[in-house]
Amino acid sequence: MLVCRNISIFFGGLAALSNISFSVGKGEILGLIGPNGAGKTTLFNVINGFYRPSEGDVSFKDRKISCLSPHQICALGIARTFQVVKPLQRMSVYDNVLASAFLRAKNRTQADNTAHDILEFAGLYDVKDLISKGLPLGKRKRLEIARALATGPEMLLLDESFAGLNPTELNESIDIIKKIKAQGITMMIIEHHMKVIMSISDRIVALNYGEKIAEGTPREISVNPPVIAAYLGDTASA
Amino acid sequence: MKKLISTFILALLIVVPLLGFSSYLMHILIFVIMWAVIGMAWNLLGGYCGQVSFGHAAFFGIGAYTAGILYQKLGMSAWWGLPLSIIVVTFASLIIGFICLRLRGPYFALATLAVGVILRVTAENLVGFTQGDLGIMIRERTWVEKIWYYYIILLIAAVTFYTIRKVIESKLGYYFVAIREDQDAAESLGINTTLYKTVALCLSAAFTGIAGAFYMNYMGYIDPNVVFALHDISIVAIMVVMVGGVATFWGPVIGAIIMVLLAEVIRSIPHLGAAHMTLFGVLLIVIIIFLPNGIAGGLPRIGKRLRMKRVT
Repeated sequence: MLVCRNISIFFGGLAALSNISFSVGKGEILGLIGPNGAGKTTLFNVINGFYRPSEGDVSFKDRKISCLSPHQICALGIARTFQVVKPLQRMSVYDNVLASAFLRAKNRTQADNTAHDILEFAGLYDVKDLISKGLPLGKRKRLEIARALATGPEMLLLDESFAGLNPTELNESIDIIKKIKAQGITMMIIEHHMKVIMSISDRIVALNYGEKIAEGTPREISVNPPVIAAYLGDTASA
Repeated sequence: MKKLISTFILALLIVVPLLGFSSYLMHILIFVIMWAVIGMAWNLLGGYCGQVSFGHAAFFGIGAYTAGILYQKLGMSAWWGLPLSIIVVTFASLIIGFICLRLRGPYFALATLAVGVILRVTAENLVGFTQGDLGIMIRERTWVEKIWYYYIILLIAAVTFYTIRKVIESKLGYYFVAIREDQDAAESLGINTTLYKTVALCLSAAFTGIAGAFYMNYMGYIDPNVVFALHDISIVAIMVVMVGGVATFWGPVIGAIIMVLLAEVIRSIPHLGAAHMTLFGVLLIVIIIFLPNGIAGGLPRIGKRLRMKRVT
């Protein structure tokens, strides 16, 4: 469904990503892991259109998207969340979701219906009238997901939607992810929380210093020597 | 309920001049309503869409000069300037927006500030077209009575108010606010931020331009320093909205009442002269500190505080 071919991006002389290739199949959950600064969020920014890759290209449903702007890519069906949550602060939770629901809705009523459904789906219905600035982090992270879902995506990019959540919130969020998968929405998930990423991903891609160091099923990744070295330091230097 | 309030106020404003006010009072009323129009227009772009403009005099001036030049050069009635200014100003705002809207936040504000100044200097120097500093004067006024001017500006204000309310309650309004709150997030939610910012600018500019064209007809005289003025037009437009309440329907109306009355009162104090701008500045500081959401935005808070006192 999504294919990245030889993506590189340079910021000045620094190669933030070099020669990354992978693909995501329909309905799949692809986990993206790597130490801090490995280039995970940069990769999302490339797919989502904030950055244009210096080399290589991204295609979605056999269409090249690496030359489009973020709003066009969103209209094609890729929605994302942000690691540093970006709620539309002085709008209520409901209005946040409503604003994104307008993308596919033909009129106000339809947008209202979508917003209602999504808020119930994400378990945010009881806080819908609160100003999103005042929400606790767990709810704000979930609002990000709800907002992305309201754009009616076929593919969802989740950037650390589980970071900083307490165990209860974590389980709620995992349930939501499973429900989204059941709807047939493809997902790419960046996550540091190993228990979560191992349990929900179908496949995992590991990055380090902007390069892909491993790809495989969670089981394969958990015993992959370069991945272990990247996370724990390799034995020679220890 | 809220719809009823606006209808009631409109009805009141239609009836009020029949009481027979002095021509001075009518002048004040006309100015209040004209400033309310400019404030509402600024509020659409600056308040809802978050693109703070320091150059609304540009649109006001273009509107005024559209009417003035029609009269001066083509010998037509300056009233044709009202419909024509919509077209001219929208076109101008497309060009200005194309240049300025790629900038964000304070950079956009500075760019619009520059646009206002550039247009003033241009109007001063294009003597063959604008008569430069001589200005344009309409030699025969349409009416001596102010009441007709009053009803015309009231109609413009009512249309502006109604249109802006419709816009804000529609998809456009949600998009504008989304762009104000976080442009990157808005973009990633599928909102074409460049397009919608341009729409907000064009709408805002068009209403300001009509107010400018009305000013030409009403005052009968314009020159570049009057209609392209930074402190008398651009800054006052911002203050009307800040004092009244940013991103509220009634804020610009309340702000216009206060600003126009205040300007009259301060100007009537002897030996003060140009120092009235100083007092405006002090007022703005006080408002920002104590009522950051303006009077319309602060009222619910004041009301709540009063109610709490009553309970305890």
